[in-house]
Amino acid sequence: MIEIKDLCKSYGDKEILSNINLTISDNEIVAIIGKSGCGKSTLLRCISRLENITKGSIYIDNEDINNIKDYYKKVGMVFQSFNLFENLNVLDNLILAPVKLKLMTKDEAIKKAKKYLKDINLLNKINEYPKKLSGGEKQRVAIIRALMENPKIILFDEPTSSLDPQMTQEVLELMKKLSNLNITIIVVSHEINFIKEFAQRIIYIDNKKVVSDANVIDTFNSHNESLKEFLKDIK
Amino acid sequence: MNILSTIYENLYYTLIYENRYMYFLKGLLNTLIMAFFACIIGIILGIILAIITDYSEKTKKLPFLSFIAKVYIGLIRGTPSLLQLMIIYYIMFRSVNINIIVVGIISFGLNSAAYVSQIIKSGIISVSFGQEEAAKMLGLNYVQTMRYIIMPQAMRNIMPALGNEFITLLKETSVAGYIGIIELTKASDIIASRTYDYFFPLFIVAIIYLILTIGLSKILNIFERKLTND
Repeated sequence: MIEIKDLCKSYGDKEILSNINLTISDNEIVAIIGKSGCGKSTLLRCISRLENITKGSIYIDNEDINNIKDYYKKVGMVFQSFNLFENLNVLDNLILAPVKLKLMTKDEAIKKAKKYLKDINLLNKINEYPKKLSGGEKQRVAIIRALMENPKIILFDEPTSSLDPQMTQEVLELMKKLSNLNITIIVVSHEINFIKEFAQRIIYIDNKKVVSDANVIDTFNSHNESLKEFLKDIK
Repeated sequence: MNILSTIYENLYYTLIYENRYMYFLKGLLNTLIMAFFACIIGIILGIILAIITDYSEKTKKLPFLSFIAKVYIGLIRGTPSLLQLMIIYYIMFRSVNINIIVVGIISFGLNSAAYVSQIIKSGIISVSFGQEEAAKMLGLNYVQTMRYIIMPQAMRNIMPALGNEFITLLKETSVAGYIGIIELTKASDIIASRTYDYFFPLFIVAIIYLILTIGLSKILNIFERKLTND
């Protein structure tokens, strides 16, 4: 379970997030939406520990995230720009961390990587370098790279925003498959139709605060003017 | 005919007479030894300096070591290499019985390290920050991230500048004659003082330097191309 308590985040004098309070249960699939620059990616980066929190705290399973050792066992992340390691081929991208962190032997890691690659129909790309892959292929490899270490939570930071519609579809299909894996998923995305289908709960952030936090039906029937306008614009 | 015989005569007195070519050979050998070993010191110390400052900036740890490294880099870059050579020889090793070539190697190595550290630092910066963030999210520590992800990618960007630094270093050793090391330039000076003619000794040394630097550039180009293709 993730608990966010009175979270504030500022860059210098500029406040990005103000008094965010959220609780996300295990295996929940949550989408965070909001206008560009509203702080939704910053919130995700605070949960991932890539950003320091200015005020407040985040707990995972009742433990302050700053005190959690081996954080990768709790949280994995998929980035908008994929961030596959450019100097390593697909297989090495997948097995480097689990092997170096001694989570499994190299043979076990290779076996697991091959299984995942087969599941996403990319086994034939096992020896390719990232620059030879399409955007959709890169993102799918990035997703299974995050899965290699069995994190309990995966954060998706606009995973499809740099992809064309066909590639977006490929990635979204894979994300749907993840919903069966008992993983907590938090996704920041503008793919509203996908979110409708995929998420159990939608958090809308505007003006540094959580304006709406509800299930999909209630979110789309909300009377909040800001949210209504946002949903109208994004459709 | 007259010109040819004059050239022949000058070359004879510059190179053959009293086996004077041996000065050039000795000078060439000393130049190469100094440049090679100084380069090794420069790269090793340069990597250490770059890693200390980079690590400190990213983790806010080791501030004192980082401060020392930055002061060192500033001092070296802000003073002439000849002055550094003279300080090391006349002050630091004044009462130490040490081979003069070793003094040259240490001085040029320490000088080169400051420049190499900046080259490596810029190479690290040139790698997308997303690579480090992805490594961090996967649980890799700073050393693992540098070793397996950042440095291999940075090397491609670093190689041309590092090659240039080695070529600069090779030419820089020409000031070593000031403390009595017989390197190429000093060798030409010794011969000129005997033949009373500066043209041929300096011309020959210039040709040797050119061959060395052009040859090195070619080798580095091949190496860079191989890295790019890989």
